[in-house]
Amino acid sequence: MGMTITEKILAKATGKEKVVPGELINANIDVVLFIDVTGPPAVSMLAEKGMDKVFDKEKIVVTPDHFQPAKDIKSAELHKRLDEWARRHNIKYYYKIGRAGVCHALLPEQGHIRPGEVIIGPDSHTCTYGAFAAFGTGVGSTDLAAAIATGRLWFKVPASMRFILNGSLGPGVYSKDVILTVIARIGVDGALYRAMEFVGPTLAEMSMEARMTMTNMAIEAGGKNGIIGFDKETEQYLDEHLKDKTDYTIYESDEDAEYVRVEEFDCSIIEPMVALPHLPGNGVPISECAGKTMDQAYIGSCTNGRIEDLRIAAKILKGKQAAIRTIVVPATPTIWKQANDEGLFDIFYEAGCVIAAPTCGACLGGFMGVLAAGEKCVSTTNRNFIGRMGHPESQVFLASPATAAASAIEGKLEDPRKYL
Amino acid sequence: MGRAHVYKRDHTNTDEIIPARYLNTDDEAELAKHCLEDLDKDFVSKVRPGDIIVAGEDFGCGSSREHAVWAIRGAGVQAVIAKSFARIFYRNAINNGFYVIESPDGLEKINDGDELEIDYKAGVIKNITAGIDIKFNPLPDFALEIINNGGLLEHITKQQK
Ligand code: SF4
Repeated sequence: MGMTITEKILAKATGKEKVVPGELINANIDVVLFIDVTGPPAVSMLAEKGMDKVFDKEKIVVTPDHFQPAKDIKSAELHKRLDEWARRHNIKYYYKIGRAGVCHALLPEQGHIRPGEVIIGPDSHTCTYGAFAAFGTGVGSTDLAAAIATGRLWFKVPASMRFILNGSLGPGVYSKDVILTVIARIGVDGALYRAMEFVGPTLAEMSMEARMTMTNMAIEAGGKNGIIGFDKETEQYLDEHLKDKTDYTIYESDEDAEYVRVEEFDCSIIEPMVALPHLPGNGVPISECAGKTMDQAYIGSCTNGRIEDLRIAAKILKGKQAAIRTIVVPATPTIWKQANDEGLFDIFYEAGCVIAAPTCGACLGGFMGVLAAGEKCVSTTNRNFIGRMGHPESQVFLASPATAAASAIEGKLEDPRKYL
Repeated sequence: MGRAHVYKRDHTNTDEIIPARYLNTDDEAELAKHCLEDLDKDFVSKVRPGDIIVAGEDFGCGSSREHAVWAIRGAGVQAVIAKSFARIFYRNAINNGFYVIESPDGLEKINDGDELEIDYKAGVIKNITAGIDIKFNPLPDFALEIINNGGLLEHITKQQK
């Protein structure tokens, strides 16, 4: 019996020839992410237990993001703890404010994600990195602490599900619409404890940024990781972004690898999708929900706050006016600069949007766009749970940057194809 | 022994357990004040030490914030019984030495306010109010070992000695 790409990466990380789903392993970690909300508690735990050490100061990547720049006194204290720890341990890749950005956009962009490696982060969307044929998974603060101190972590090898994506996406339809379609079909726990492996010709037509939007949302189906195989597109992105360590190992699934479930999609018939409150699995085609009035549009986050996303939104907003509050949040300083250089900020400014500094901010109801009771927001983020972006009686509608931009112009959910 | 707080619903998520507006601290007592706030704002005034939360599928889905476990534990809850758990929450619970019980029929056999006694090793929930025993698969040995050692970090420290 062959192995899946996920199993091969985990086997290598464990120093074994083979691992099987369900097996408990102690894997070596290649890259450890460290952020402001969940990182400082790990540091405190380590100090408390007398384990205040780091396994490798070159393998930990630190960026404040969720509440940066500090939104209040308490988050300033978190940042202070993060800063003090990162300096004391001489962490090599510490992205301080000005270079800090939304973690899952920042790490690939800065060349920290390599195929075949195991990346953990104290954030559930660490599964994003699977777009690079790597194993990325989210953990909590205790796991982070253990990984920082020892460079190893226990895992149960997940069984894999295979998602075959066929057909070309129509105009105005994006990878966000594909992943919302996938989650709508299998449900928010449809991939609980599983690896979600995406394959098929549709992917070949997607940029790395578009692919990251897909793997980013694996957790929204309960997945342990999302993963996409290596191809020319991956190689090109890595050639442009990898800096210090440029070697990597490419794994691919064997033809006789075992999958617990296989789902096939004809992506050519997918419409722009919107996930209705309060679950990411509530995706419906725009034709079924267009016209619903909105109070805010949010374009940003680790799901859709990359340059390609901002370009898509700007193209639609160009020469138009946003009818509702529209908040644009470039996910990293590089993206911010790029958007500025390309003149996208002019377009957003003319359209009446506000442009924020790179931050998670309102994506998780932190700041910079929090919703009041009863308000509705069309958002390019990944989660629309109760209270996610603010008041427990507010509502979040998940969509692509195109749909969010079109809806911003209309003040209600709108089909972006109208503006192409 | 503890009383059951039953939530007959699936996908109780980490934003409901501890909303992000309170994530600017990792102080357990502070987090506990807002435990389950967006789901049941009376929970904190009702809960007593040793109580047990009972829910449906996919409990703890969403973010990786361990704050969800801390808020629940800080509120005095001894265990969560659910049909299934989201994986990061499940990990976080074990890593914190906190009991999580997967019980396919717990939700049907436990009513809000029932007195429960749990034998974690044997895998039995005694519903004292209803006078029935509900069996469950005990946590795997390695997880019980981590819990008995008081959490993952203590477990690692012990192993290294
Ligand atoms: S942008 Fe949103 S989903 Fe992504 S890491 Fe930040 S808070 Fe989490």
